[in-house]
Amino acid sequence: MMGDVILRAERVGKVYPGTTALQDVDFSVRRNAVNVLLGENGAGKSTLMKILSGAEQPSTGRLFLDDQPVTLTSVNEAAAQGIGIIFQELNLCPNLSVAENIFLGHPTVRYGVDIDSRGHKAKARALMSRLEHAIEPDTLVEDLRIAQQQIVEIAKALARDVRILIMDEPTSALSATEVEILFRVIGELKAAGVAIVYISHRLEELVRIGDTVTVLRDGRLQATAEMCAVDIPWLITQMVGAMPAAHTTSATRADALPLLSIRDATLRNTHGGYAVDHLSLDVMAGEVVGLYGLLGAGRSELFELLIGAQPEATGVILLDGESLAGQTIGQRIRAGIALVPEDRQRDGLVQCLSVADNVLLASLWRFLSLGRIDVAKQREAVTRTIRDLQIKVSSPDVEVTALSGGNQQKVVIGKALLTCPKLLLLDEPGRGIDVGAKAEVFRTMRQLAQDGLGVMFATSDLKEVMAVADRIVVMAGGRMTGDFPRALATEEKLVAAANQGAAAAAGMIP
Amino acid sequence: MSSASMSAPASLQRRRTSPLLLLLSLRTLIALFAVLAFFGATAPNFLALGTLVLLAKHVSINALLAIGMTFVVLTGGIDLSVGSIVGLAGMVAGALIDVGVPLHFWNVTLFPDVPTVIALVLAVGVWVGLVNGLLVTVLGVAPFIATLGTLYVARGAALLISGGETFPNLVGRPNFHNTGFPVLGAGLVAGVPVSVILFVLVGSVAAYVAARTPFGRRVYAVGGNERAALLSGVPVNRVKLVVYMISGACAALAGLIVASELVASHPASGETFELNAIAATVLGGTSLVGGRGTIWGTVIGAFVIGILADGLVMLGVSSFWQMVIKGLVIIAAVVLDQAQRRLQRRMAILAQAG
Repeated sequence: MMGDVILRAERVGKVYPGTTALQDVDFSVRRNAVNVLLGENGAGKSTLMKILSGAEQPSTGRLFLDDQPVTLTSVNEAAAQGIGIIFQELNLCPNLSVAENIFLGHPTVRYGVDIDSRGHKAKARALMSRLEHAIEPDTLVEDLRIAQQQIVEIAKALARDVRILIMDEPTSALSATEVEILFRVIGELKAAGVAIVYISHRLEELVRIGDTVTVLRDGRLQATAEMCAVDIPWLITQMVGAMPAAHTTSATRADALPLLSIRDATLRNTHGGYAVDHLSLDVMAGEVVGLYGLLGAGRSELFELLIGAQPEATGVILLDGESLAGQTIGQRIRAGIALVPEDRQRDGLVQCLSVADNVLLASLWRFLSLGRIDVAKQREAVTRTIRDLQIKVSSPDVEVTALSGGNQQKVVIGKALLTCPKLLLLDEPGRGIDVGAKAEVFRTMRQLAQDGLGVMFATSDLKEVMAVADRIVVMAGGRMTGDFPRALATEEKLVAAANQGAAAAAGMIP
Repeated sequence: MSSASMSAPASLQRRRTSPLLLLLSLRTLIALFAVLAFFGATAPNFLALGTLVLLAKHVSINALLAIGMTFVVLTGGIDLSVGSIVGLAGMVAGALIDVGVPLHFWNVTLFPDVPTVIALVLAVGVWVGLVNGLLVTVLGVAPFIATLGTLYVARGAALLISGGETFPNLVGRPNFHNTGFPVLGAGLVAGVPVSVILFVLVGSVAAYVAARTPFGRRVYAVGGNERAALLSGVPVNRVKLVVYMISGACAALAGLIVASELVASHPASGETFELNAIAATVLGGTSLVGGRGTIWGTVIGAFVIGILADGLVMLGVSSFWQMVIKGLVIIAAVVLDQAQRRLQRRMAILAQAG
């Protein structure tokens, strides 16, 4: 049963130079409940969370904890009050181990100075088994995949005795199985009296686990409701005002030669097994192929293999009938393959450069004339990209970090498109961006396919793959375990195929 | 000190090790034994106890600087001012011993005893470090520029103290009760030079602090991901302040030892020492980007550089060639470091991919 209000924000506002991120918002966090916060990018969710977690101070309004007014001047102070937060961007030190990261902010010490490493490791191991993940506490965080890093981030918050736990997009990098585990943990916490503030773009998720929902739009409070009284269409209407556009189908020419032919592609891992296991696949021009699978199924590795980032890989790859054997990443980009990586913060963008510079990064060679960069031609290309992809930015010279997640994603796509690809690979293009932006990104993908590109995207979101792809290829344990035209695909079939290779992947996800 | 306490966060034992990787990660140690073996075979009496003690004494000054430098570099910063602090520290010590503190009002001159001199000089070092730290944290100056600035200021201050003159004969006068300063540089305890004892002491404490204390962990965290550290509740600015103060203190101690060894202080002493300290740090496997490295690695790095220098001198190699060789060794060390990282990364990724 939902408990009383533990933390309350009263008419809080936040003004940044030039923008008002939040205005007169009331928000109550209840004990024994999952309090959902919903809104499009830029609606003010993150700002509100930062205020609740002490990372930022409100410009106006007040916070009440247990009905007492409080000022939270730092994350540490909030933590001391029992408020924990899992930030959306992963905030871990790559050079430290899992256990070291978990206890970074609050190490237990012996004799006042000596870090209790053994105790940390034991507790970290216990947290990992609670989260049902076999991640060794000694592993360096940089050696973990993103999904595993997210698990560590969650463990880090759980390691402190929290009364209020704020989770910003905790599932954005998790596969379906891992989401179930997380939900179970959330259920336990809820039963133990913890108040949970939950933010996600996956609406089905919210409806499932949420108890109350608060919708923000343009920095203002749009609506609050009990979750049992509302449904997904209502939530979307509150968020964006209208349903996002449904997809359009593109016509593929069945008689044409395949744009991409993969034959017997193989990539070994160190266990003597395969990350990509003798996989063969054709992709036609004008086709959107969804690559569905669970974490560790080998989707990212397949993309890396195609772009040439895995020199040990074997097998034949033909693009437009030309073999790519022995070609470097640069040569493959020029041959017409472009990859939009999963972790756009780390692999897709240069944070300190402007939108224009980022967009141009992979295609500078196209703008050389007589050994120097043709500035006018460049500018025109940037303007065209921003216009075509509807990137919301006041000027191309704005630093790319100033953009919202969805717009950053579009910058990465724009960068890939400027290389004039024939084949566009997108790894988790919908990760961490909201419904509206997602719909736009997918619309862009479909548009590109209509323009004759081959588009392949990897996802672990069933709804996403069903909604966008012309054809769905399922991977499990490095092998292809299903290949369905969309008309014949059902969620049940996809899930069954994705779990076929589960035995092979069991080494990692027990 | 147990072997566990000597390993800093990024130790090799947690990796699935292949023989090649093990060899690469032990390369600084291997280099140390290689140079020892080489000079032991070629230079007469190189491995004699006397020579080795002298070697440790030579190494101790650079090692002290490099230990302080390692803390700064681990946070992702750099301290170029340490060489100048060596000079300044010597001059402050020299002035206190030879000239004293004139109190014009009472028309007397104070001559502090040697422990007080040492404490005051160390305080000067910490103070310069504090200035570096404040520049970097409060004013947001890039560490390279901030400490380049203090490099000049501290050197200038050292020259101003004596008008560029040398303070000779720092033995003090018995009637002033300020004798005993040469003990730091020339004294022996059970046959071991005092400077070597200080170096071992500072090195052990530093290694413990870096590997086993919350402060050490925070240093690594700041270097690894400053934002993550901040959001985990690490007082990032305070950590940065303290590392520059540690570096300043280490440099001042080195300056005291240099002045004590020479029984004189010269304002130009310590010039380019900062480069040797950075070289030892990098040779020991510390990444200039921050977050990676160990104190023990740095100490071994300082020994490799010291052995090369002494050994090449004993073999009669010209000092011009010595510089060339030193440079090549540093470059080779960094190249190997990169190779190791690539290999580790590939193995880790492959290990995860199944």
